Amino acid sequence: MTMNTVKFEKLPDRLPPVNTVGWVAWVKQNLFGSVSNTIITLLFFYLIFLYIPPFLEWSVFNANISGSDRSICDENRSGACWTFIKVRMEQLLFGLYFAQNPDQMWRPIMAFIVFGGLLTPLAIDRTPYKKWLLLILLVAYPIFFISLVGGGVFGIPKSDASEWGGLLLTFTLAFVGIVLALPLGILLALGRRSKMPVVRSFSIIYIEFWRGTPLITILFMASVMLPLFFPSGVEFDKVVRAMIGITLFQSAYTAEAVRGGLQALDKGQTEASMALGMGYWQQTIFIILPQALRISIPSIVNTFIALFKDTSLVSIIGLLDLLKIAQNSSRSLDWNGYDIEAYMFAGLVFWIFCFGMSIYSQKLERKLDTDRNVE
Amino acid sequence: MTKSDSIIKISKLNKWYGKFHALKDIDLSVGRTEKIVICGPSGSGKSTLIRCINRLEVHQEGSIQVDGIELTDDIKQITEIRSDVGMVFQHFNLFPHLTVLENCSLAPIWVRKKSKVEAEEMAMQLLEKVRIPDQADKYPGQLSGGQQQRVAIARALCMQPRIMLFDEPTSALDPEMIKEVLETMIELADSGMTMIVVTHEMGFANRVADRIIFMDEGQIVEQNDPESFFKNPESDRTKLFLSQILDH
Repeated sequence: MTMNTVKFEKLPDRLPPVNTVGWVAWVKQNLFGSVSNTIITLLFFYLIFLYIPPFLEWSVFNANISGSDRSICDENRSGACWTFIKVRMEQLLFGLYFAQNPDQMWRPIMAFIVFGGLLTPLAIDRTPYKKWLLLILLVAYPIFFISLVGGGVFGIPKSDASEWGGLLLTFTLAFVGIVLALPLGILLALGRRSKMPVVRSFSIIYIEFWRGTPLITILFMASVMLPLFFPSGVEFDKVVRAMIGITLFQSAYTAEAVRGGLQALDKGQTEASMALGMGYWQQTIFIILPQALRISIPSIVNTFIALFKDTSLVSIIGLLDLLKIAQNSSRSLDWNGYDIEAYMFAGLVFWIFCFGMSIYSQKLERKLDTDRNVE
Repeated sequence: MTKSDSIIKISKLNKWYGKFHALKDIDLSVGRTEKIVICGPSGSGKSTLIRCINRLEVHQEGSIQVDGIELTDDIKQITEIRSDVGMVFQHFNLFPHLTVLENCSLAPIWVRKKSKVEAEEMAMQLLEKVRIPDQADKYPGQLSGGQQQRVAIARALCMQPRIMLFDEPTSALDPEMIKEVLETMIELADSGMTMIVVTHEMGFANRVADRIIFMDEGQIVEQNDPESFFKNPESDRTKLFLSQILDH
């Protein structure tokens, strides 16, 4: 029997059939693919039609924004009263001190602008010296922020932190909470997986204690009980006390998010770095954390977003954050009755910040995903 | 072989996982530049044995000496031994977040305290040796399995080890990629490296090994040069094993 070898010939690549690509095919497949799919699609279109136009009518087309008191809004009740927000904007953004001292308002504005100026290049891929920029943001910026907004130095009048309010306060609390809780959380997560029983037990007790306590309780304790632990001469500002409480609370959550990433990591990574002679901290810094943090970005950012919104609980110890100021304004004699506008504005500002964090985290995730083929 | 020639000396080694007795009274000495192939059924302790040599597993009884250094709990000695003993894993275990070049230069920079330039130069040389210098700036996830394993070999060699351990280096590879990795290993063997290889590639064993060790139930059943090992196995257990892996 003779063996005939047949020459292998590669068939040419062809494009997919036309009816499976393009937007018409997409709509057909995804929106009207089956009977139930079609019903759901039509139902949602109907709901959009039902609710969106009246909402736009109220919030945009019939809305009031001119003038500086409630008379205009009271005459036209069919639209939103953005005049209220416009008039109270300074309070909402910066709190009572800066609203009462308009000549000092440039300070928080400048602080926000510098923050944006530092953060924006960090979100752009091609920025050089990113590490230094991040270091400036985390170390130099807080000092700059405190001296500028807090004042009392370089001839800038002092503004007590307890007089800050609005978005300024919300932002400050969230920034401090996030920046301090991340390193603390990482250490706690590592501690919880440590082979040393003392370190491990401490981490577990710490995490479980703060995680099992409501933030409101912690804020109360920080406000009322913290001074009891220190000699009577030492007095912490109310805002500083809130910051300490928030940081302790947040670090427990961040720790658990980071631990999730650590646990998802293949054991082979540690073994390979051990086999190369790396010590614990070398393994942790160069091999384990970069991968674990990437894996846990979604859950870490999730805790950051939750924290940003939770800062509104500080109203319970008498601090006037964005939500509280909005609420107070809508209950003032001048603007009584316009609380929907107040809540919507506060909600929108919260949403912008949280959505921004979400977008940035998704971008970061994609960028760090080296499994993807980047040709 | 005289004792002073041996670079690894293992005597009366015993290892347990919980109550499971994984290694039983292992005695083994490995000469400088010697190539040893360890084979045996799964669960026979062959991987555990080589993982004890660089302390990825901790043994409970007996002693292991690597290049004159006794393996104890002393972290300094462990680090010293680990940087002298390279290891290649079944699943490559490359660092996915680092480029191929960074994978190779990281440990030389931080463990061997080389300058970045020096470490990267050597990494490039070794990547050339395993024939993938053009992939230096890619990430491991963008390479084929065979290429990844060759990077893993280069990464281990960048530490300029005196001994190389291979833990089933071709078991996770597609059939078409096994050859390229084995060729790299043969070249390494020809260059005079001391090697201990856990593998079932008997062609490789026959070609490269000075000694083949057969393990079962945590014991060394028999050891011999390839020719005697394949032609005249002493133990019936070895005969059975060989008949199962060769006759199919």
